[in-house]
Amino acid sequence: MKLTSIGIEEIRDIARGAAILGCGGGGDPEIGRLMAEAAIEELGPVTIVDPQDIADDSFILASAMMGAPTVVIEKIPRGTEPLAAFRRIEKELGKSADAVCSMECGGLNSTIPILVAAQTRLPLLDGDGMGRAFPELQMETFSVYGVPGTPACVVDEDGNTVICEASSDVEMEWLLRGVTIRMGGAAYLAHYPMSGADFKRTAVRNTLTLAFELGRAVRVARAGQNDPVKAVGQTFHGTVYGDVTELFRGKVFDVQRETRRGFALGKATVNGADEFDGSILTISFQNENLVAWRDGKAVATVPDLIIFLDPETGEAIPTERLRYGQRAAILCVAAPPIMTSLESLAVWGPLAFGYTGLDYWSIRIARTSLVSKLS
Amino acid sequence: MSYRLGIDVGGTMTDAVILDTADNVVSKVKVPNSSDIVSGIQTAITHVLQTSGLPPQRISLAMLGTTQVTNAIIERRGLSRVLAMRIGAPATTGVKPLASWPDDLATWGRAHSVILRGGHEFDGRLIAPLDELAVAEACRKVRGTVDAVAVTGVFSPVSAQHEERAAAIIQEELGDVPTSLSHQIGSIGLLERENATILNAMVIQVAKRVVQTFSAAIRNSGISAALFLAQNDGTLMELDYAQQYPILTVASGPTNSMRGAAYLTGLTDAVVIDIGGTSTDVGILVRGFPRESAVAVEVGDVRTNFRMPDLVSLGLGGGSIVRETARGITIGPDSVGYKIITEGQVFGGHTLTFTDVAVSQGRGPLGDPGVLTLDEAFAQQAYQIAVNRIVDAIAQIKTNALPIPLIAVGGGSFTLPDALPEASHIVRPLHYEVANAIGAAMAQVSGRVDKIYNMEGRKRDEVLAEAEAAARAEAEAAGAAPDSLVLVDVEELPLSYLPGNATRIRLTVAGTLRAWEELKAES
Repeated sequence: MKLTSIGIEEIRDIARGAAILGCGGGGDPEIGRLMAEAAIEELGPVTIVDPQDIADDSFILASAMMGAPTVVIEKIPRGTEPLAAFRRIEKELGKSADAVCSMECGGLNSTIPILVAAQTRLPLLDGDGMGRAFPELQMETFSVYGVPGTPACVVDEDGNTVICEASSDVEMEWLLRGVTIRMGGAAYLAHYPMSGADFKRTAVRNTLTLAFELGRAVRVARAGQNDPVKAVGQTFHGTVYGDVTELFRGKVFDVQRETRRGFALGKATVNGADEFDGSILTISFQNENLVAWRDGKAVATVPDLIIFLDPETGEAIPTERLRYGQRAAILCVAAPPIMTSLESLAVWGPLAFGYTGLDYWSIRIARTSLVSKLS
Repeated sequence: MSYRLGIDVGGTMTDAVILDTADNVVSKVKVPNSSDIVSGIQTAITHVLQTSGLPPQRISLAMLGTTQVTNAIIERRGLSRVLAMRIGAPATTGVKPLASWPDDLATWGRAHSVILRGGHEFDGRLIAPLDELAVAEACRKVRGTVDAVAVTGVFSPVSAQHEERAAAIIQEELGDVPTSLSHQIGSIGLLERENATILNAMVIQVAKRVVQTFSAAIRNSGISAALFLAQNDGTLMELDYAQQYPILTVASGPTNSMRGAAYLTGLTDAVVIDIGGTSTDVGILVRGFPRESAVAVEVGDVRTNFRMPDLVSLGLGGGSIVRETARGITIGPDSVGYKIITEGQVFGGHTLTFTDVAVSQGRGPLGDPGVLTLDEAFAQQAYQIAVNRIVDAIAQIKTNALPIPLIAVGGGSFTLPDALPEASHIVRPLHYEVANAIGAAMAQVSGRVDKIYNMEGRKRDEVLAEAEAAARAEAEAAGAAPDSLVLVDVEELPLSYLPGNATRIRLTVAGTLRAWEELKAES
């Protein structure tokens, strides 16, 4: 069922589901949830529009936060920054937006566009540009399929505003990341101005509904004492995403971390339990989970969604909270076709994250054919 | 020779111990709580002094661990009216203070809240200068209608300047209304730290009464010792400080058990399991101290982030009721509690408890195993279910797969088998049943730092040394003997999605109380 509006009830489920789509990263949606809740309480529910129902000539802007989630939990936003950035781009381009969209359905950035939609009373589009969480602004289906990210605008709590015109979306990322540091480590952003036709063509569709359904499935499964992990897996059926594989169940055995250039890199090793007894799964992460190896053989790789869940509660386990002894169920969800084209994989395939010798399609086919053989 | 007295007021029992300068246990008692806490503490003191044969004057230090502050929050009892002052505008107004509090608690505190200009960035730059006039005005508005003030500044763990300046203005405006400053209480994470600070302000009156009660019970017993309260991280606070920061006592119970277990066994790195009548706490000692929790901990349904021991708690204890249901065997969470000695089947009662199951499996000796009529297969299965839950909890609390010793304390710890997976061996120390009172009597003091440092262009060692110096200064201010201080914990967490080398460093040092070192030197 498509989500048609977001009230207080829906937003908690969306936040829970967005944490799952964060693939271990993306930041805790909690602060965004609290702000969006307050805005909805004051201004009323947010209308959700399916991408197919938006006019081709309508004007759309993507709203987001960029920077360190650790800063956001301490220097909570004023609450008006994303709106100010949004209005500034409207002014820059001399036209009013007809709808708000999300650039990233996983983690904190799932909730910022809800806040802006409530404040502007504009509809929010049911789709995004990542289909999960990714670390950089050019890692967007919008960008991959030719929608330029700029003009973009970042704003801080004091109203300081920087407008960015850039020669490429990689350049936009590079420049705005620097501004974000000057703004105190977190800044709020409007970017990817585009038409309704562009959005239809380039967005990962219905990911807001998906986040909501995921959050609700977990809540309902828990209340009915059903397996929330199975419930999460089943929720992806009938969406734009591909096969869901229960990669593994077991206990986190070892976590190694290191830091490079603002990325929390690391490796987690999981010892199998139940049907996976005797097996070992190793996951490599860089803020988000990127590659999984079972007994030394790669079984999943970015951009497919590698999701750690608490098997009891069905809640997502972020990479920064992985630790020894934790029980985990690990799902892999095949990314939607729009994220697995050659031009997409050039931006976020294994090689783009520095993994040489891993071929996305070989790994995916080996994994999913194994699943169909079993079932 | 001088002595010290450790008291732990638990859910059902008050324990008291006397230790000598060489840390030997001179005497110990366990008495059931009465409805009147003063008389309970006084009874325990009278008994423990009698058993020791010592005159009261020989007690030089007395330490108390108590759950009274926690209970006040959970039961919403005797709480103060608070002005919640946040310094951070124009940032932070997107989420108001008390936003996600349960209604009954927010209302109970009748909290007023205000967000003023000021606060810092992660790297210590100003968000805005402190709006001093607004601080004064906020105070004037609530004069006579609040009992306490809670001040929380953005990135105050990085720079406490604005919180301290606000406190000075509050004092000028409102006189001696107690003021809680967030940088003294919690770490990075504004809402959680603010919540902890508001809770702290709410329980200040309760804490005052606890301190008065404790002092009265001590004086009435003829003891003229220096008094301390045990805090969450297993170290002590002077009474003055404890009255200012009572929220820091809310988890002292399990921590005291862990510190007691460390002392009783001499082990510094071990898992500690404290099995009581109703519940079991599993924690881990790292360099002699309980490891701190890295995630938000809820107190009375409010998310907080102050220093709490990392614990896995199970609703499983010696008195837990065992049942056979359609979904299989269940053990707990309900318990017969201290009535185990009349209601448990091995004691001739009619309720099947975890104690009975354990005794049937050869644990004990306790009660009369002969009266048990348990089906052996059922008993084995029930026992295994309980043991599996305990093993899971141990696995969760460990940091790696290496086998580590397990220290078993608490009245229900006899139920454990002789060996467990995940544990290299099980240590059952003498005096295990009063480990918490012993933990309270360990004269330890700590200091800590939780800040974001810019590592760019600096040597890592140099930054760590700076952090350690700050933690040492705090410990010394709290009464630690400088030479006794050792580094107990250091954690470096780089800020993700932010290039550059901003790194959050959490560092704790701990040592012995200066006053105790001096007494030892004298004797």
